[in-house]
Amino acid sequence: MPNYRNIKEKFIELFLSTASITALLILIGIFVFLFITGIKTFTQISPAEFFLSNEWNPTAYGEPRWGILSLIIGTLMVTFGSLVIAILLGLASAVYLSEIARPKIREIIKPVIEMIAGIPSVVLGLIGILFLSPLIAKIFGLSNGLNALTSSIIVGIMVLPTIISISEDVLTSLPHEFREASLALGATKWQMIRMTLLPAALSGILAAIMLGLCRAVGETMAVLMVAGNSRAMPTSFFDPIRPMTANIAIEIKEVVKGSLHYEALFAIGLILFIMTFVVNFISDIIIEKQVRKYKW
Amino acid sequence: MVNEYVRQNIYFILFRIATFLSVAVLLFILLYILKEGIGVIDTKFLTSMWSHREITEGGIFPAIIGTIFLAIGVSIISIPFGICTAIYLNEYAKENLLTRTIKLAIRNLAGVPSIVYGIFGLSFFVFFLKLGGSLIAASLTLGCMTLPWIITASEESLKAVPHSFREGSFALGATKWQTIRKNVLPHSFGGMLTGSILGISRAMGETAPIIMVGATFFMGYLPSSPFDKFMALPYHLFILATQHSSPYAREYALGTSLVLIALIFMLNSGVFILRYKLRKKKEW
Amino acid sequence: MQEEIKIEFKDTNFWYNSKQILVDINLKIYSNKITALIGPSGCGKSTLIRCINRMNNLIPISKIGGKISYNNEDIYEKNTDVIELRKKIGMVFQKPNPFPMSIFDNVAYGLRIQNMRDKNKVKQIVKESLEKANLWDEVKDRLNLSAFRLSGGQQQRLCIARALAIDPDIILLDEPCSALDPLATAKIESLLKKLKNERTIIIVTHNMHQARRISDYTCYLLNGKVIEYSGTAEMFDNPKNKLTKDYINGEFG
Repeated sequence: MPNYRNIKEKFIELFLSTASITALLILIGIFVFLFITGIKTFTQISPAEFFLSNEWNPTAYGEPRWGILSLIIGTLMVTFGSLVIAILLGLASAVYLSEIARPKIREIIKPVIEMIAGIPSVVLGLIGILFLSPLIAKIFGLSNGLNALTSSIIVGIMVLPTIISISEDVLTSLPHEFREASLALGATKWQMIRMTLLPAALSGILAAIMLGLCRAVGETMAVLMVAGNSRAMPTSFFDPIRPMTANIAIEIKEVVKGSLHYEALFAIGLILFIMTFVVNFISDIIIEKQVRKYKW
Repeated sequence: MVNEYVRQNIYFILFRIATFLSVAVLLFILLYILKEGIGVIDTKFLTSMWSHREITEGGIFPAIIGTIFLAIGVSIISIPFGICTAIYLNEYAKENLLTRTIKLAIRNLAGVPSIVYGIFGLSFFVFFLKLGGSLIAASLTLGCMTLPWIITASEESLKAVPHSFREGSFALGATKWQTIRKNVLPHSFGGMLTGSILGISRAMGETAPIIMVGATFFMGYLPSSPFDKFMALPYHLFILATQHSSPYAREYALGTSLVLIALIFMLNSGVFILRYKLRKKKEW
Repeated sequence: MQEEIKIEFKDTNFWYNSKQILVDINLKIYSNKITALIGPSGCGKSTLIRCINRMNNLIPISKIGGKISYNNEDIYEKNTDVIELRKKIGMVFQKPNPFPMSIFDNVAYGLRIQNMRDKNKVKQIVKESLEKANLWDEVKDRLNLSAFRLSGGQQQRLCIARALAIDPDIILLDEPCSALDPLATAKIESLLKKLKNERTIIIVTHNMHQARRISDYTCYLLNGKVIEYSGTAEMFDNPKNKLTKDYINGEFG
């Protein structure tokens, strides 16, 4: 009887552990498939041209060009712009919700902000095209509002809930003793927040920003719809741009499987994968530090 | 000291503004879509097949069906794997390199850009496994993307069950699986389910992963097998918004958005109510 | 008269992480007696009894050395079936931990995991267990109610009934009354005195007076070592070790 029981238990454990390995296999699989297709690009295009040349024109009649620099710049601009917006609005809101708002208000506002995270990116992109870009065009006197600025605003809205949510969690889970000790010494609430809480929460907030960064780098649809899609090197935030994600989305339907263009798009995908992997890795280290410090 | 109070008040007002701005953005989006999209919604819009030449003659019914089929496909694929992984990680896994690696992999999967999932799906499911652009290829692709969300939500649910329940069970001579089945799962299953449904509702709104693995803008028939192509609300709305030439495309895009948001909202509300009921039942 | 030995610790050591919790424990627990383990917080009392039903196995970073035998068999031997061992040993925890189920289901749990299908037999055992735990009269009309509706003292007696249902040979209690009021405590103490006739009881307690009231043998632990172990009356009236005397007299603790 005991033997049967032991076998059954071992079998269940084996079954469950096999299911868990799937997650690992998928990650490895993504990397492998991106790699084996993307790496073939460099048999025909030099890495120097790929990374440093700023002309991307794979379908040019005559001499196709394979420089993704302007695409990388596009990604970096949207990431930077959206983070600026999301961090400013997000941290301020997180502090408000965690330290200032009455619990009842907090109970209502938190889920409302979470709902922004639930809005599909295409819908935000649609609002960007129909409402925000004409508005930006009018305000700044441009011919159309499809540019890096509009993209930054839209992506900033998408990243906002992540930053607010995590930062607020970090702040609320700081030990009560911090607040009491600070106030007991005669600090005002703002002094307590500024000089005690925020420094203590710094690693956690950094981690939140890293996760937001991940989201911004990976955003495809909304940015595709409002970025303007110009392959030329942008010179300001009012110029149209084409981030790497949007580029893949636009061109993937037109490439022939196995062609150099196809492989080049996979190479871009590989770069994106590596970028988000590195950011995630860094944010993991930061979170581990925070956990060890305050056990939250 | 008066200075400090003034400073505080200024900052706090700014923070208040920031928060209400964030809330206002959401409300604006919802109201805008509602106001601009409601005009085109009627029975014909919701229940007719898509009319390619003159879009006002048809509706987005096949896109709605496609999205629902996709949601079902993703659920079948990712929910069992997700829940099993969560149970293993939370109840069985020891602190070793393999466990840490799996957890790292899950966190990374959550951060991979949606378009990268798309091209992975293209090269692996569509070409390598020769599934072609189809509902099943899209379900698998989107399923990979949804998996980390479901695992995370399920883990939270399991962690919320107090350790003393497990201890009491072990002390009576129960095996690990008996303890999980009788004393942990019944109290965490509701949470796992609601978390999974939320994950699926997020998946329903995704466009980038499905663009190249089976979603089409126009099909004259409803998908009848997993190997068929399909229409889907987010992709449909994307094409209407960016590439369609009809003068009514804008309206129809807004209407499609409204339907998509309504679908997601219904799922989320269902979860909200379920969670409330579960919380009331909870006795500890 | 030679007392029968139920459990024997021989040169037992226990480490949690790299910290040593139990040091060279040599102890004989006698059958059908109540043995009390007393000592200040952190002296290792709880760890000691958790070694008996191998609940310490649930902690991954623990290590044990030496021998612990139950009915003359080494329970840490490789072939020992831990599940079967635990079915013979009941445990009651410091804080009552009923399952979030009905009163009936709580007591029946131990039977159900052993696949007892005969519904009438289950009902009968549940009734007997609740009677032995002095709880039957208070709950007989509401067996289907959630266990959480009971008071703290009732919950603890429920946990005792739950442990009794599997008819254990030994019952381990880890400060079972520390969360209860004096009246509830008195009820449990009289219950334990009745139970020892058929079982061996080991009780960890912070309360010396409790040890004095109900136990036959008392063991005084300090910093993981057995300082003194003798019949209860003898230990309290005539402690041989100065450390024991200091503890009993409240010099520290």
